[in-house]
Amino acid sequence: MNRKEGINDEKNKSLRTLVYHGSIWVIGLLMIYPILWTIASSLKAENEIFRNAASLIPSEWKWGGNYARGWEGFGDLSFATFFLNSTFVTTMVVIGTIFSSTLVAFGFARVKFRFRTPLFVCMIVTLMLPQQVTLIPQYILFHNLGWVNTYLPLIVPAFIGGIPFFIFLMIQFIRGIPRELDEAAYMDGASTFAIFWRIILPLTTPAIATVAIFSFYWTWDDFMTPLVYLNDTKLYTVALGLQMFSDPSSVSAWGPMFAMSVASIIPQLLVFLFFQKYLVEGITAGSVKG
Amino acid sequence: MAEEINELNQRKNTGKLRSQFRLDLIGFAFIAPWLIGFLSFIIGPMIASLYFSFTNYDLLSAPPSWIGLDNYINMFTNDDRFWKAIRVTLVFVFGSVPLKLAFALFVAMLFNTKRRGVGVYRTLYYVPSILGGSVAIAVVWKQLFGRDGAVNDILAIFGIPTTSWVTSPDFALSTLILLVIWQFGSPMLIFLAGLKAIPYELYEAASVDGANPFLQFIKITLPMLSPVIFFNLVMQTIQGFMAFTQSFLITNGGPMDNTLFYAVYLYEKAFAHFDMGYASALAWILLIICGLFTAFIFRTAKSWVHYESEGGN
Repeated sequence: MNRKEGINDEKNKSLRTLVYHGSIWVIGLLMIYPILWTIASSLKAENEIFRNAASLIPSEWKWGGNYARGWEGFGDLSFATFFLNSTFVTTMVVIGTIFSSTLVAFGFARVKFRFRTPLFVCMIVTLMLPQQVTLIPQYILFHNLGWVNTYLPLIVPAFIGGIPFFIFLMIQFIRGIPRELDEAAYMDGASTFAIFWRIILPLTTPAIATVAIFSFYWTWDDFMTPLVYLNDTKLYTVALGLQMFSDPSSVSAWGPMFAMSVASIIPQLLVFLFFQKYLVEGITAGSVKG
Repeated sequence: MAEEINELNQRKNTGKLRSQFRLDLIGFAFIAPWLIGFLSFIIGPMIASLYFSFTNYDLLSAPPSWIGLDNYINMFTNDDRFWKAIRVTLVFVFGSVPLKLAFALFVAMLFNTKRRGVGVYRTLYYVPSILGGSVAIAVVWKQLFGRDGAVNDILAIFGIPTTSWVTSPDFALSTLILLVIWQFGSPMLIFLAGLKAIPYELYEAASVDGANPFLQFIKITLPMLSPVIFFNLVMQTIQGFMAFTQSFLITNGGPMDNTLFYAVYLYEKAFAHFDMGYASALAWILLIICGLFTAFIFRTAKSWVHYESEGGN
């Protein structure tokens, strides 16, 4: 090893720390800029949004003006309707996902029934199935059931394990719970359902939180499913409501559009800030040592 | 006596059978929600869509009429937009996935340290991935890269020629690729967890042996991380083929079909033209393409994915 390095070590170290934090901040600002820009634009006057586009500081702060106009929505439909719709759909999907993913995961992870392995493989394969492949026949099915233009096509799949990723995530988690707990309860005469309800379920709360957060995000963000199934503007979710701003007819409403964009991401940001821990766990579960 | 034993055995066997039957009942009761969904919303529809792909079906006026391979023949010989969509989607997948993963790995390595503030940075870098898929960001992206958007303002400062990125035939697709790369948060977190699982002693031993950081990266980090790279590669590739919202909202497939993602074309055929038969055929081709790519990644995996239990070489 070079001897000079030892002498310069201290200096080198602080220089490296400086370079490290400096570069992370520069990249980080680039990363976060589009979001800050959205927020800034939502507070700018209509004619300033594109005149002074890059700036993050409005020359005149329009507190609320854009938000009030955006919230009014289109015609007699305000964004309150879209938010209520989104909240309803998302809540139902989260409940459905928790219901199906815990039950099914327990079955796969703890009950030794016949055909368990082939069925498990089927589930893993559907993990990798592109959504578009089943989109059309599902649409035809829901069309024939008379479910088009209702929330049923959005909600019902969640109750029957529509997103196998969540089942997989729960299985991984339940496998980590010591089997001795089940066996002890079984010796005491507990039924399988009691083991599920009293022992496994309380221990899986962190995984349930992860599943709930992810299904919240994906449902809140989902654009394609509501686009396909909802025609009546009264039923629109926030995602579809926002899209109406990009209609050529409302092309001048930039300020309100930015304002409602910000409003639509506030729930996601709040969930992220408060439940970050579960999110990180969920993403990494199953991919590392899976 | 022999009879007795026989009877005992028989009872034992039926008992065993009965308890296995009980387990089956319990097991199927638990997985019933998924099983019902799997049969009625996945397997059933897939068979139906295979059938529809051989028919002419507009959903509204007439029942499906069998036309054999016509949809497929048409698609391959007579549909320029189909080939265009394939080309655009391949460019999109091959443009975005490697860059996204490389960037995710780079940032994960930056964050794989015990320095102060890393937790905050991780949060900061993850925010775009939380919001990036939303309609809000898609709508904003369109303005950000528009003629009068902020990006042009910033480029102008550096004297770089500006254009309307989202409506330019040359740059529209790159703009969408950039949006996808920007959301590198999930693979980054997965890489980070993978990096943390690599024993530190490996690097120590290597540096005692005089291996420089680059060599350590090639010889330790990459092989040790290969199962995670594999996972990310498969998931991101499939997601890439399914991409829809970005193109639909920001460029609507244009200009001149230069951002016509396969999923957007399929949507158009199904829900704008109500050509359900043709769209089903498109869906099956997509399934085959995805299957081929996944199979390819899995096949090559043997040669570059190292699992610890095999003692990796």
